[in-house]
Amino acid sequence: MLMPTLTQKLANPTRFMELSGRVLPWLTCTACILLAVGLYMSARAPLDYQQGHAAKIMFVHVPSAWLSMFGYALVAISSFGLLVFRHPLADVSAKAAAPIGAVFTFTCLLTGSLWGKPMWGAFWVWDPRLTSVLILFFLYLGLIALRSSIEEETLAAKLAAILALVGIVMLPIIKFSVEWNSLHQPASVMRLGAPTIHPSLLWPLLVMAGAMTLMFLALHLKAMRNEVLRRRVKALRSYEVEADATLAGQPAE
Amino acid sequence: MDLGPHAAFIWAAYATTALVLAGLAAWLVLDGRRQQRLVDELEARGVRRRSSRTPPSRPQ
Repeated sequence: MLMPTLTQKLANPTRFMELSGRVLPWLTCTACILLAVGLYMSARAPLDYQQGHAAKIMFVHVPSAWLSMFGYALVAISSFGLLVFRHPLADVSAKAAAPIGAVFTFTCLLTGSLWGKPMWGAFWVWDPRLTSVLILFFLYLGLIALRSSIEEETLAAKLAAILALVGIVMLPIIKFSVEWNSLHQPASVMRLGAPTIHPSLLWPLLVMAGAMTLMFLALHLKAMRNEVLRRRVKALRSYEVEADATLAGQPAE
Repeated sequence: MDLGPHAAFIWAAYATTALVLAGLAAWLVLDGRRQQRLVDELEARGVRRRSSRTPPSRPQ
């Protein structure tokens, strides 16, 4: 008999709840410790030779931007898992990741705007990078709205998954938008060749990115657990209605 | 900590990020408690999932 893979093991929601219940406290603690270290390193980071102290906004803005795209990739991969492999937890993962991704996209736009004002002289410009991230934010809101507007869970999950897969086209657009006559600076860390950022600023950025990624994963795991519980409540309520109808001698609706 | 002439923007960026993420975490914790309480209430009323029900014994 073949050994079950990790995804097969996690297909059972009860097993997922047991495992995630053990992992979540450790993940949260590690994220908090790393965040404290990252904030300390950010505070101690030297001045940027052009932007001065304002470059410190980078330590929250850039991880938020990375995670806004990571969150969408997670929604899309989970949606693929639902449509192709029909994995029981794929839809739970996609549904849980959407609001978290939306929040990180919102913080990316907000901190970018607060960085833009002192550097560019404006909170907002209709620049390719800024506009494409704003579209990503609306895409997240669209996914959340689509789900909540359809009562039947299975249909809502399939439609949201199709929209999520169509919307993945935004990720390369966001990535390459800085090369289209953009005011936004080009990639300085995730690029071909060595990062163009000095190590004294790169390390705090990487630690903050690591901390915020762990925070994202912890929030996602918690949201998935909540969703599993929500579905359990729904199932128990329907069993209760079924049992009451049987006792009353009527077929359950 | 002296953050120069753009201190207000820097503090605002960090404060709003902290506030938004803390709000999200609090919402998830409260939602989790609510869902767990609902499961507990239903189970206390004797409602069980099909998987956790005792199968009927076979007649001898």
